[in-house]
Amino acid sequence: MSNNVNDWLNDHGDYLYRFALARLKDTHQAEDAVQETMLAAIKNNSFEGDSSIRTWLTGILKHKIIDMQRKLIREQPVSDIIDLDASNESMDDFFDKTGHWLDKPQFFDMPDHALEQSQFLSVLDACMQKLPKKLKAIFMLRDVHEMENENICKELDITPTNAWVMLYRARMGLRKCLEMNWVKG
Amino acid sequence: MLTCQQASQLISQSLDHPLSWYELMQLRLHLMMCGACNRFRKQLNVLLVGLRKIRTNIENDSAIQLPLDAKTRIVEKLKSNQHSQ
Ligand SMILES: [Zn+2]
Repeated sequence: MSNNVNDWLNDHGDYLYRFALARLKDTHQAEDAVQETMLAAIKNNSFEGDSSIRTWLTGILKHKIIDMQRKLIREQPVSDIIDLDASNESMDDFFDKTGHWLDKPQFFDMPDHALEQSQFLSVLDACMQKLPKKLKAIFMLRDVHEMENENICKELDITPTNAWVMLYRARMGLRKCLEMNWVKG
Repeated sequence: MLTCQQASQLISQSLDHPLSWYELMQLRLHLMMCGACNRFRKQLNVLLVGLRKIRTNIENDSAIQLPLDAKTRIVEKLKSNQHSQ
């Protein structure tokens, strides 16, 4: 048994770590997620021969990732961080009172050229890291982990309205950040 | 007639669930006449494609490995966990 787990860690630890890092964007959290996955794997050895060990472990890891994001979001009630009335003018600073863009969105596209593309992606990555923690957590689940919207509401125990307001705010912030840091004058 | 603010909200929501027929019609009408909201929609698409590219880049980068100290820590944790059972 214990040999098994050490084998699992050696064979799949790096893969699981990358999987977690790609979704949590935090090395410590990613390490914790791998640890929790391994602990759950020995505690509750539900492995059935019909899938690969890696698939099974990844399934456990997915739940751990969701658990961690949920904890982050629950540290503070959702109502404290967003304005629940989506039509309220104070909801964001992107529009005037009549609903017109204050600054018209500017054109940007993903560069084809490899070097330019990696520069674009690192700007995008830096912008994402700047999102408020809770917005980042739900946004990562939806737009990076590609979890279904319905499941996000269920797992995080938030209303669909809360979910879309948070996602909207995160996306608005990100595209503005890209305009400011990528689109040069 | 939708304002740009309402249109941008619908564009974001359309990424998460299908819009109602009425919302879709309103949005199409707005997009036919509004270059700014078209650019906004394009921005969101570029964002999403970029984010998924960052994700797969990390997933496929074999240079990124579980740090050795973390590995050691996990092995210790697993050991102590088994002893306590
Ligand atoms: Zn518009």
